[in-house]
Amino acid sequence: MEEELKVIVFTLAHEEYGVEIDKVRTIERMMPLTRVPKTPPFVKGVINLRGVVVPVIDLRGRFGLPEREYTDNTRIIIVSVQDMEVGLIVDSANDVMDLDRGRLEAPPEVVGGIQAKYLQGIVKLDDQRLLVLLNLPEVLNKSEIVQLENFER
Amino acid sequence: MEINQYLPVFIDESKEHLQTMNDNLLNLENSPQDLSIVQNIFRSAHTLKGMSATMGFEDLAQLTHKMENVLDLVRNSNLEMNSYIFDCLFRSLDALESMVEDIAQGGTGKADVTDIVESLSSIVSGKYLPASETAAATETSAAEQSDVLDEYQLSILLHALESGSHAFHIRVSVRDDCVLKAARAYMVFDQLERQGEIVKANPSVEEIEQEKFDKSFTLFYISAMEREAVEKAVASVSEIESVTVKELDRAALQNRNDSGTGQSVKPDPEEKKSPQPAGTPGTSGPSKPAQASGGSVAARTIRVDIDRLDTLMNLFSELLIDRVRLEQLASEVDRSDLTETVEHLARVSGDLQNIVMKLRMVPIETVFNRFPRMIRDIAKQLDKKIHLVISGAETELDRTVIDEIGDPLVHLLRNAADHGLEPVSERLAAGKQESGTIHLRAFHSGNHVFIEIEDDGRGINREAVLKKAMKNGLVSSEQAERMSDQDVYQLLFQSGFSTAEKVSDLSGRGVGLDVVKTKINSLGGQVEVHSTPGKGTRFSVQLPLTLSIISALLIRLGQEKYAIPLSSIVETLSVPRTAIREVHGIPMLDYRNSVIPLIPLRKLLEVPDDGWAVSTEAEIVVVRKGDKTAALEVDGFIGQQEIVLKSLGKYLTRLFAVSGATILGDGHVALIIDTNALIR
Repeated sequence: MEEELKVIVFTLAHEEYGVEIDKVRTIERMMPLTRVPKTPPFVKGVINLRGVVVPVIDLRGRFGLPEREYTDNTRIIIVSVQDMEVGLIVDSANDVMDLDRGRLEAPPEVVGGIQAKYLQGIVKLDDQRLLVLLNLPEVLNKSEIVQLENFER
Repeated sequence: MEINQYLPVFIDESKEHLQTMNDNLLNLENSPQDLSIVQNIFRSAHTLKGMSATMGFEDLAQLTHKMENVLDLVRNSNLEMNSYIFDCLFRSLDALESMVEDIAQGGTGKADVTDIVESLSSIVSGKYLPASETAAATETSAAEQSDVLDEYQLSILLHALESGSHAFHIRVSVRDDCVLKAARAYMVFDQLERQGEIVKANPSVEEIEQEKFDKSFTLFYISAMEREAVEKAVASVSEIESVTVKELDRAALQNRNDSGTGQSVKPDPEEKKSPQPAGTPGTSGPSKPAQASGGSVAARTIRVDIDRLDTLMNLFSELLIDRVRLEQLASEVDRSDLTETVEHLARVSGDLQNIVMKLRMVPIETVFNRFPRMIRDIAKQLDKKIHLVISGAETELDRTVIDEIGDPLVHLLRNAADHGLEPVSERLAAGKQESGTIHLRAFHSGNHVFIEIEDDGRGINREAVLKKAMKNGLVSSEQAERMSDQDVYQLLFQSGFSTAEKVSDLSGRGVGLDVVKTKINSLGGQVEVHSTPGKGTRFSVQLPLTLSIISALLIRLGQEKYAIPLSSIVETLSVPRTAIREVHGIPMLDYRNSVIPLIPLRKLLEVPDDGWAVSTEAEIVVVRKGDKTAALEVDGFIGQQEIVLKSLGKYLTRLFAVSGATILGDGHVALIIDTNALIR
């Protein structure tokens, strides 16, 4: 395990989050989405990413947070996890940071409205900011989605 | 020598040789007296032995050598084929195949072949001619037999004579203990090329390069030198045991050729016209030998890495999307020279498209050619007589389909052999010929390829099928009475279904047909059954010609665009709303002479309302699945277009009524509707 974690920092509902940079493919501006019928509401659709069709989810929706209108700062972070490529819609993405893994603490049960299982941990930054590290495989966990589907039907 | 870089070539060529040997051995079984077939098999075995030895696969080389010995005796009429020998040879081929497969998987190709070797040795021994002598004797005769010059080479030699040079036939033998035979041969060539021209070498230059010769090789040579000088030049190379130089005059050349062509053995396909007569070995790298193994027609082909083909296809798909985009932009910009250029681009890329499609097409022969052997083995196993007739093997399919279609066909063939065809006694009692026939056909029709497996066996017993189905709870007895024959046969494809009384090694487990249907459906195809009790059964598999670019109809639902594959569409039409009626709450449409269900796509796909008023006319797309039809109501037709299929990736699985996506000319993604999912 590396001592240093490089993360992409993005904001979601006024909180700052990070995803490990080795899982990030690219960061895109907001672009036209094509809706896919009968998918969970946070699955916003698919985009044309330079000839490849990529599904996109809204992280606010995924975490049960209230959804907002997209602004000029809205970004889609394309991540690649377990052979799946998915885009994550976030409020803004602007930073790359090196984190010391040793300073990672366990997250409290609910942080900023997001359950602990979606999080790897919390880092308290020098300038009193809190950075929450996302647990991507759990965020993209499909078995939960299947349960949601069954529930809806 | 860098073994590793030659490994893929070795594997490919070994497989080809083994396939040819298999085919020839089967042919030989049908006409055991035909020695020319034996010659072909011998040649393949010989080449395989050389390749294996060069690559260091001892077990392979040894086993092939033993086979050679047996074949050698046969081709010299010192041994007659019988079923024991055939079986031994087939077993040897199997062993060789598994060894090559092992090598292909990264193994060493070592195998315990002692008992097969023993069997082969026992065939050979007890004969009055020691195998080695015969081998040596036939080596030379084989060499002389194939020393036939073709027209072109003959004319070169004659021309040389006319211009005052000498023509020679040279026979060179390297020492027994010589290690680097190819190197010595190269040096001989080198010496000779300095003072003249080598017109023909036997075995061919490539084979000599690869040390595929035992001890000696022969050359046809032109030079201004005298005979003694030529002899001396060759003998000066070390480790050369003997050199025989014969000067040829015009008469000798003619005679040699005339007597040569009288042989029953076809001249090796290797000895084709070479406009550049045997250049020094070592200059031409391992260029893929254009000659095929064992006498089959030499196709002018090159081997291409599959990954490169896939990349080419992907790039081409991108090109297609851009072309559509350009067409759209050109019509908006409305400049005549732009429009012209784009039209030309469309034509050229259309041609390119056809060619790229064809690149991925492979003749189904590659799948069919293992079946004769399989049927032969099955027939033995089941103690039945089976005659397999293959037609249309040259029909081409997309490469990815070819990879996947083998297994389902194996299942269907086994089914036909096991369940369809009756044992000999039953057939005779029914007044049929004792040998059952299975027809394996492939042909194109429209945008599809059809593969049919037809047997003249006992047909499908409707009652037995229904009985089993009712027992398994699949249908009730009332339903059973109303079912058409087709419906009954389709029951066979349900999982767990089998009417076999006992489970044989081959079939009867009830797994086969279910898997077959799923596999074929996953390739975008369908399978149908027709049967006449007592007469036979026909399984008909329909597959799409290409997988990634299809024709589709673009339609509008609200503000969203969707694509419907053209192959599912029967017709598009507008109907007045009054023609739609409700039956038990389900909207239905009067269509031709029947009533078909009307599927409200908008509602089904939860398309957001765009506030348009409902029109008095409904736009309908009539789609078909098998023999069922349904009507899809859409908001508007956009047009017909060729689209590139794009996968939606691994995150979105189990989508409702959506089978993929495509990228439209304007860069937006449109989903492709899976009509089969909509028709129940």
